[in-house]
Amino acid sequence: MDTQSREAFEIKWLLEAIYACYGYDFRDYAGASLKRRILNRLELSDCRHISDMVSKMLYDSDFFELFLQDMSITVTEMFRDPYVFLQLRERVIPRLKTYSRINIWHAGCATGEEVYSLAILLHEEGLLEKTRIYATDFNNHSLEIARKGIYSQDLAKYQDNYLLGGGKKALSEYYQYNYDAVIMKAFLRKRITFAYHNLTRDQVFAEMHLIMCRNVLIYFNQALQNKVLNLLINSLVHKGFLVLGDKETLEFTSMTHQFDDFEPRAKIYRKTAALPKANQDED
Amino acid sequence: MKIKQYHMLVIGASAGGLNALAVVLGRLPGSFPVPVLVVQHQGGGNDSEYLALLLDSMTALRVKEARPGEVPLPGSVYISPAGYHLQLELSGKLSLSVDLPVNFSIPSIDVLFDTAADALGASLVALVLTGASSDGSKGLKNIKSRGGLTLVQSPQTAEAPQMPEYAIANTRPDFIVPLQDIGALLCRIFLVEAVNGGRQSGDCL
Repeated sequence: MDTQSREAFEIKWLLEAIYACYGYDFRDYAGASLKRRILNRLELSDCRHISDMVSKMLYDSDFFELFLQDMSITVTEMFRDPYVFLQLRERVIPRLKTYSRINIWHAGCATGEEVYSLAILLHEEGLLEKTRIYATDFNNHSLEIARKGIYSQDLAKYQDNYLLGGGKKALSEYYQYNYDAVIMKAFLRKRITFAYHNLTRDQVFAEMHLIMCRNVLIYFNQALQNKVLNLLINSLVHKGFLVLGDKETLEFTSMTHQFDDFEPRAKIYRKTAALPKANQDED
Repeated sequence: MKIKQYHMLVIGASAGGLNALAVVLGRLPGSFPVPVLVVQHQGGGNDSEYLALLLDSMTALRVKEARPGEVPLPGSVYISPAGYHLQLELSGKLSLSVDLPVNFSIPSIDVLFDTAADALGASLVALVLTGASSDGSKGLKNIKSRGGLTLVQSPQTAEAPQMPEYAIANTRPDFIVPLQDIGALLCRIFLVEAVNGGRQSGDCL
């Protein structure tokens, strides 16, 4: 057995242990990023091999918590991909305005920078007060940061993003300085419900008019992507919107026929009336 | 003698990379028999879309931004999108991630090289071009240790020599080649005719 097959076996074993012990299922995650995260944790631990991490994982829940945090650390910023926010503002908001109550689901909100970006946008367009945003993640530690809305970094560096996303004020109007940190203003937080939800395991919980699920599916293999997309489409109202990461695409999934390319560049999709399977090939 | 079959070419470039990529890819024919994956460090924004368009106009190969879930095709070049790591999965599909930067870089050359080494091992050809970074040297060493073929642009011909220098110091690559000759060498390795002429390194972009 060569090193690589050995490692592959160890990783499989580790993921089984995590699933059995904590119920988190990473077995259908795409392998490349997962392996790098496991190897990074190995290097930071006192373990010699990935297989040594198995028993540590089974008997030390703090070690699992560390791993869970590893799994949710990503590059994030406010108004990341401003073009997407501009398109939301100019093309999606006018359609949401027709509803008397609006439900938005931010699936995989991590530490919340993007969900606050969305709340700011809704506020500026006069929709925040009739909107409930559900911001969910599988990591309670990240959710806690998001819920508090306290960030250690200076958010002023996102002013350019904000303006490119169609913002007309100063981003600093939406937060207050608090020693070395900044805290998002309470009226934004009030409209957001932060809650635990695991996309790989949990179910539909409300009817949504808009779902933001950006750069989440890229971590899943094809089968899990299809499963989660099914969950998302079942959560959307007729003609509801789905926003993916700006380099993501439904092109290689089994879901293309259930969505229209509403704004292809911003990866904004719109749920179509579901066609019976037999008719798909005719057009 | 048995001729070794390689199934993919991976390239890492940083500062000065646009010109170097144009010179190298300009010599490769449209019939190039394997996919080419490229990590070019970028400054943010949508530079990678522009880079793909620009390079597409300069080579017989089809150049595009990589998309997750895509199976890379021979004769096509896939550029890492700005702000994403580009990875090759064991399934042979491309994937992207927004994990933290590696070597201060996202995309990172090491990430592409390591994942491609896992997926293809000895049937990989890797090339490190110009750059002012140490990114790529670890991944190149990994590829070499798996039996893949390793090429580095000679530092004297690089706009920024550090990245080739790091790679050479770390790996002892199979070939250290002046920029002008890389395209022709790749054509010999992949058993195709090089495109004549092409872009010279002195040309202005």
